[in-house]
Amino acid sequence: MTTARDKSCINLKLKVWRQKGPDVKGRFEAYKARDISTDMSFLEMLDVVNEKMILSGKDPIAFDHDCREGICGACGTVVNGRTHGPEKGTTLCQLHMRHFSNGDTVVIEPWRSRAFKVVKDLVVDRSAFDKIIQAGGYISVNTGGAPDGNAIPVPQEAAEKAMDAAACIGCGACVAACPNASAMLFVGAKISQYTLLPQGLPEAKKRALAMIGKMDELGFGNCANEAECEKQCPKEISIENIARMNREFLKAGLF
Amino acid sequence: MITCPNRFRRVRHYAVVKSYRRPNLKIMQCDMNWFIRILGSSIGKKLIMALTGLGFCIFLFAHLAGNLTICAGEDAFNSYAERLHALGPLVILTEIGLLFFAVAHVFIGAYLFYENFRARPERYLVKKNAGGRTIGSVTMPYTGLFILFFIVLHLIDFHFVEKTDQTIYQIVLATFSNPGYALFYIVSMIIVATHVSHGFWSAFQTLGVYNSKYMLPLRVMGTIFSLAVGLGFGFLPIYISFIS
Repeated sequence: MTTARDKSCINLKLKVWRQKGPDVKGRFEAYKARDISTDMSFLEMLDVVNEKMILSGKDPIAFDHDCREGICGACGTVVNGRTHGPEKGTTLCQLHMRHFSNGDTVVIEPWRSRAFKVVKDLVVDRSAFDKIIQAGGYISVNTGGAPDGNAIPVPQEAAEKAMDAAACIGCGACVAACPNASAMLFVGAKISQYTLLPQGLPEAKKRALAMIGKMDELGFGNCANEAECEKQCPKEISIENIARMNREFLKAGLF
Repeated sequence: MITCPNRFRRVRHYAVVKSYRRPNLKIMQCDMNWFIRILGSSIGKKLIMALTGLGFCIFLFAHLAGNLTICAGEDAFNSYAERLHALGPLVILTEIGLLFFAVAHVFIGAYLFYENFRARPERYLVKKNAGGRTIGSVTMPYTGLFILFFIVLHLIDFHFVEKTDQTIYQIVLATFSNPGYALFYIVSMIIVATHVSHGFWSAFQTLGVYNSKYMLPLRVMGTIFSLAVGLGFGFLPIYISFIS
């Protein structure tokens, strides 16, 4: 590999999954990313590669992205075998190219799961998560005057734990990282954020049964407690939430 | 329009009789379906794996405690075996229970393995461990399959063996005098310990006991238990080769 022109720039070899559509067979294609500033984010690096491809009349690499601030959950691919790349607790858009060295080979793959079909290249259809939320990821309240903020006391510890669970951005990295393509960290986080708060309790039983029933129906795998999801989650959601979900489900189902 | 009251009455009458004939059956059917649906869900299947697995952990503990009486000498070991068999129906009941547990654990485990395999039709080209997986968790289905094979062999060697003209102590001594068999046994025990190292705490996680308070104690207990199983059972053939 030739050295980059600027010292703060690197050259990379990319191996990217290309797939024209959901029912077309995909394959890996090799590309060269030249003069990549180490200050760039991973998505900006892909932008640079895509610009060159567009100029030469090629089909650019399709990837999902939105806020590029690490809070929306739109981006995400598997980079060198790790979801959202090698950095801990980071979304792909917040991963900077300074974590790569000149001449590195970077393998970029989409989330792989039966429940997440590839739409194009690195873009996957995550509407399965929406279906799980529609099944029970809400609370039902009658409309009317806004209640007083302190009308329902919430213990500080419960509020903190609910907030930790609610940090889930629904990016799907847990499914992608799970050796069994299980969605239990996502569902665990969503069930936890409601069940820890008094507002979520009236529908706790119904919610647990409905959301887990939907998750099973959509073809996700089963959790084997390997904790890879927790380690690769960009929001570092704990598998404690999976234990809480198990508790909620067994409570709702058996008692 | 004039309705026909007679026909109406007949239909209503029929419906009442029908519902009186089998009212309980319908409720019972409903109840069973509800229970099976819960146990058949992803978490339900995991619950069965956890409960049966913990049952085996208790069995392993009792089995190890019994086996270690061999260190107290031939008489102690033989009398332990005699007293155990003197329990009669209790032993048979436990055996049936263990067999039932084993069938559930093996078949549901195999089905979960199939479902998990199916959940990812296209594999990754590169997949890296981020620190969650352990040797125990990665090899779980394979160590499980090996343990099934080992248990069948173990039962043939020690349970269904002819015991009329030799004591259990003599059988153990004779079997372990073969160094090849002793080595196979030690390797098998390391594999059992590997399976338990993930299975023990994993069962508690599935049961929902796992939280920040119990996280470390359960992990430590799981490691201690798997070490006890591996070292305890694995030590026996070595000990026997020294005394014989």
